Amino acid sequence: MEDIEAIAVLQDPVRRRLYEYVAAQDHEVSRNEAAEGAGIQRTLAAFHLDKLVDAGLLETGSRRLSGRSGPGAGRPAKLYRRARAERQFSVPARDYRTAADLLAEVAEAARLDTELQAAARREGRAARAAAGPAGDLAGAKALLAARGYEPRTEGDVLRLVNCPFHVLSERHPALVCGMNLALLEGLIEGTEGLRARMDPRPGLCCVVVERSKNNER
Amino acid sequence: MTGHHLAQLNVGTFRFPLDDVRMHGFTAMLDSLNEVADNAPGFVWRLVDDGGNDATAIRTSLGDDVLVNMSVWESRDALWDYVYRSGHLDMLRRRAEWFHVPKAPFQVMWWIPAGHIPTVEEAVERLETLRRQGPSPSAFGFRDSYLPQDETPLPTA
Repeated sequence: MEDIEAIAVLQDPVRRRLYEYVAAQDHEVSRNEAAEGAGIQRTLAAFHLDKLVDAGLLETGSRRLSGRSGPGAGRPAKLYRRARAERQFSVPARDYRTAADLLAEVAEAARLDTELQAAARREGRAARAAAGPAGDLAGAKALLAARGYEPRTEGDVLRLVNCPFHVLSERHPALVCGMNLALLEGLIEGTEGLRARMDPRPGLCCVVVERSKNNER
Repeated sequence: MTGHHLAQLNVGTFRFPLDDVRMHGFTAMLDSLNEVADNAPGFVWRLVDDGGNDATAIRTSLGDDVLVNMSVWESRDALWDYVYRSGHLDMLRRRAEWFHVPKAPFQVMWWIPAGHIPTVEEAVERLETLRRQGPSPSAFGFRDSYLPQDETPLPTA
């Protein structure tokens, strides 16, 4: 399916709610859970989940939720997770990714890490000035969500489930993750009691935002 | 990859002597990063100099101001997750503070039979092969995804 068709599948508000619910979970989601999460009936959820799978926006696996196996264990439940593929569509046609990759390649070769981090920090500060101060962890969460990071609260820590620079960060990790941290530092700094820090884990963004243990700056 | 492990070497030309205060940020991280490596999933082996806990005292034909770092992993993904998805990334982010801009490829990887421990000389040779010929199954980088069976065995001497 072409990107524009896949994206158009999300125009339906129920589907979009289902998609967003599944994408936000830290585990694969059963039909029942997705239905509850989106606040709709199970059969309706099943219909829309399959549309999302057909569009390549979700993927399925199956596992026996009972934990049993063999005869009598029941049919394995269908489980949904967000597909890894990226979809984008621009009118008029634009190709910022190729440009970004070329620029990053050159910046990497010239080791412009420090310069890029300084520019990213300025960008973060400017965005903060425009949005107003984050205030607290919940405010920071909203700010990060608006920038596509998909923050998830774990106690005093916001883990960022999505990297908005994913492809670039895989191709130029040291350069791009350093840029990302500086951007988030600029965005968060000045918010009393919060800090951004690098804490890379497989499958997640490289940065976490957390309550600082004390108020040192 | 059953039967094979991935060996890697990376090198860096330091900007100041290791005991210089400007290198402190780097040297202060070494012990904890090495501990993370030692406990990382898929870690097999890393180069350590005599009597030390790291390879900072080892010098090669690459030069007296070149640090080497060498290790063996069960798979490319295990190595990737350590290099770019652990505390090690925080060090990479600051590499420009401590190391000169490399003028040639500075890391190389190659497949070895599981159980083999590569020598530093062997590793430097692989890096020089990569620098001379570009990526191939016998000397490649993270961008290339060669498999163990891609390498034509070298004629036995």
